[in-house]
Amino acid sequence: MALIRNPFDHDLPSADSPRVHVQLDGTWVEVPLGLNVIEVARRFGKLIPHYCYHPKLSIAGNCRMCLFEMGTPKRGPDRKPILDAEGRPELQWMPRPQIACATTAFEGLGIRTGSPLAESCQKGVMEFLLANHPLDCPICDQAGECKLQEHAFDYGKGRSRFGEEKVKKPKRVDIGPRILLDDERCILCTRCIRFAREIADDDCLGITQRGGRNRLSIYPDKRFASNYSLNTADICPVGALTTKDFRFRMRVWFLKETKSICVDCATGCNVTIGSREGFVHRLTPRVNEAVNSHWMCDQGRLGFHPIHSKHRVLEPARRGEAGLFPGEWPLVLGQVAESLRKLEPPSLALLVSARLTNEELFLVQRLRDLLQGESEIFTEVVPRKGEADGLLRSDDLNPNSRGSRILGIGAGGEKLPELRKRIEEGKVRALFCLHEDAVSAGVPEELLERLSLLVWQGILADKTSEKAHWVLPGASFAEKSGSMVNRAGQVQRLHQAIPAPGRAKEDVWILRGLILALGGEDLGQSGPEVFSKMAATTPAFQGLTWPGLGDQGVSLPAEAR
Amino acid sequence: MVYRKVEMAEIGSAKGPTGEHRIILRYADEPDYTPDIDCYLRHGGYEQLRKALSMDPAAIVAEVKASGLRGRGGAGFPTGTKWGFIDHAKNRKPVYLLCNADESEPGTFKDRQIIYKDPHQLLEGMIISSYANHAHLAYIYIRGEMVRGAQILERALAEARAKNLLGANILGSGYDLDIFVFRGAGAYICGEETGLIESLEGKRAYPRIKPPYFPAVLGLYLCPTIVNNVETLCNVKHIVEMGGEAYAKIGTRNNTGTRIWCVSGDVRRPGYFEYDGGAITLGKLLYEVCGGIRDGNRLKAVIPGGSSAKVLRAGETYRIRRANSEGTMEEIEMTLEDLPLDFDTIAASGSMSGSGGIIVMDETRDMVECLNNLSAFYAHESCGQCTPCREGALWMHKILDRMAEGEGRPEDPQLLLDLSGQIAGRTICAFGEACSWPVESFVAKFREEFEAKAAQERKEHERLQPAC
Repeated sequence: MALIRNPFDHDLPSADSPRVHVQLDGTWVEVPLGLNVIEVARRFGKLIPHYCYHPKLSIAGNCRMCLFEMGTPKRGPDRKPILDAEGRPELQWMPRPQIACATTAFEGLGIRTGSPLAESCQKGVMEFLLANHPLDCPICDQAGECKLQEHAFDYGKGRSRFGEEKVKKPKRVDIGPRILLDDERCILCTRCIRFAREIADDDCLGITQRGGRNRLSIYPDKRFASNYSLNTADICPVGALTTKDFRFRMRVWFLKETKSICVDCATGCNVTIGSREGFVHRLTPRVNEAVNSHWMCDQGRLGFHPIHSKHRVLEPARRGEAGLFPGEWPLVLGQVAESLRKLEPPSLALLVSARLTNEELFLVQRLRDLLQGESEIFTEVVPRKGEADGLLRSDDLNPNSRGSRILGIGAGGEKLPELRKRIEEGKVRALFCLHEDAVSAGVPEELLERLSLLVWQGILADKTSEKAHWVLPGASFAEKSGSMVNRAGQVQRLHQAIPAPGRAKEDVWILRGLILALGGEDLGQSGPEVFSKMAATTPAFQGLTWPGLGDQGVSLPAEAR
Repeated sequence: MVYRKVEMAEIGSAKGPTGEHRIILRYADEPDYTPDIDCYLRHGGYEQLRKALSMDPAAIVAEVKASGLRGRGGAGFPTGTKWGFIDHAKNRKPVYLLCNADESEPGTFKDRQIIYKDPHQLLEGMIISSYANHAHLAYIYIRGEMVRGAQILERALAEARAKNLLGANILGSGYDLDIFVFRGAGAYICGEETGLIESLEGKRAYPRIKPPYFPAVLGLYLCPTIVNNVETLCNVKHIVEMGGEAYAKIGTRNNTGTRIWCVSGDVRRPGYFEYDGGAITLGKLLYEVCGGIRDGNRLKAVIPGGSSAKVLRAGETYRIRRANSEGTMEEIEMTLEDLPLDFDTIAASGSMSGSGGIIVMDETRDMVECLNNLSAFYAHESCGQCTPCREGALWMHKILDRMAEGEGRPEDPQLLLDLSGQIAGRTICAFGEACSWPVESFVAKFREEFEAKAAQERKEHERLQPAC
């Protein structure tokens, strides 16, 4: 079950549905009773083209692209099906085509997806849809991932017989803070209307005008400002709805697609990172029925932008008399390690982020163990509280709180007030901040100045990095591979989409350098390598392997969470 | 298209030489007949309601089934069968009865005669039908343009309530029913029964997909719903009066009861006429009852069942298979004028008797312009929900408009046929057929006119081409 409740799950029939036999393009197959014909065909590798059907939305049946030729069992005078030599019912084929999205499987249903009748329907609908379409593919953001374009190639006639003037409709309609509408491109499938009504619970879209002049409109004086509005751009089969953020940024066929997860909250929605030449252009949701189903919130989708901020820290550096002075990584790591070694263990505190991956947290754990010996080093994570919205967003904005708890790095920030006290009392004289700003975590700047050693590792300059004696530029979520545990206990993988900018390094690489410099064990150079060491020694991850996590992740047993 | 002004006196409202058999319109055009309840009661009104309330609802359904009554809205579906779809033993939801008074089919003007002149007959039919179907709430969905009709119905409802013919415990029978008038906002598609239901629910009148939204199962507010035409519901009153078997003796087998035919267009005396099913031929109706073609012109074409029916061309002959008096099938050849007016023969001639709107075109009519007139209506009235009708209706109209303006192209006639073939049978509702059948039949039957129009313009078109 996904963490968001979909009003419809046409593609997920209940496990106890009885099985029925249907004939799909001449072959008898067994499918659950009531599964719609599009899903029946999909299970056997056949695509029935469609626009308005979406497995998570109500059935509209308006695009007519999924028309197919339907057969029903012939019945004898006794009303019983007439069986052929193999014991299968003989079928009679209806002259009137039926829509696959609203036709559900029953015993003896016949389906022809590529018969002359079905093909003529597909060709006809394609011709009609293209008649008034502006055909502006060269400047359309949807080009390359447009269903109209794809189906025109596969099912279209190849030439137009439309010699009339096209219907003019509004373009560049600003319907919401993050989304734009082009009514001429719209094929009126109503997916967005149904999404807004049924899932986002913001019923503000509708159709106005009549017939060929129909157009998608927003309710007067309303804005489509839902935090889920950009999902409509994903499910829009054409380029009618585009996100203001990605519009005109990049042709989609140039984007490298990397599977990852969103790190904006503890839900961990599965995403695809679209990047090119070291630059992330967009995140789009990736289907995972155990987490986010087909969706993600706008906040998470647009949350990647800071990784390309001009405030990124790009060079390892040491603070001297005249400010930060860049250094070479081996030297910097050696000197930081040396400074750490000299400390009395209890005088060091680690302020760690619950936005780090399990692998990074595991190396932090090992680093702490190396340094602390018999005594104890203070370690805590910084909590981030948000508001749960009942859909996907969690009230915990740290993506890996569970991971940090499992690996014994933090307890959700409960010990945080103690850090300030310890610094004030002089018990803590050295602080290592990993992707966290001590100032916003409650340690005033003047207290930081009292420290004899302040090491900062992170991506964006902050108040702490301004005071830090050592600055270690780390990597953002898009620049590293690793795993996180979401709020439901799902262990999921991130994959590196782009290299870290400048001389910034993956945090696993930095932490490994420190551990080696302190004489510790080599736990691997990359996230996946560290994962196997971590799984071997952490009971909660026992038996997990990096490849075994797969693209959909693995759910931890309840007691391990 | 030039319309001829018709003098009111010409309209065939008077009885007399027409030889009509008026049941539904029996009193409607009597000089002293008024739409108030006292007049209706004086003429035996609400007696059949009293009789019906003493009967078992299932018995009324059985009478309607026995009567062979077929829906008068256009599709001709057997009313008793429609009523039988609701299983009252299993049903736990409320049942609604809706009267479809959205009469918008061009060429049809029968329901408004009943509403304007004899509203209580409709109410009596509705109350009986509601009782028979265990409905306690019924609506009259009236076309928005019929403002006066809605007022008349409101007044009739108030009169009926005052006499306890509506409301709680009707006439002491223990049966409760109320009826409300709902005015449409002026769209043809609201006459499609599921579009009507959506509109009644306060939504855009987008027809629903069937399956799963069959009105008898998931109708108004997703409850079992019966939608019947005005004339159909009026017939129920007379079936209760005569009994189903006696009613079934009127007309011919499978075309029982009377039907109101609305004749418009190029005849001397257009109007509405009520005859037994199959009792009069098209020729007799046009030449005797309606006084023949206007100005002594010759007949060119007839649309027999409202503008969405396929056109019939004068001089055509049809091979009709039908059961003869001994019950065996025979095939006979008929001319257009020989066609008896009923459901089955007109269907066998390749068209339909639909809503009974007979549109007559004489030899002066340009078929391209006639079809363009119809296609303008359908392009305007398409709801736009599903692709083929939304795009196709407007496209076909644009082609026809261009042809009528003298900008035809040689490929146009074939393109029109192709497009109409890509619409019919592939849409959510019957509007797909409604907008494509006229195109298909006009172009097929008057192809030479369409080709002449296209070819004639081709020469001009060629002249306009640059020499290269």
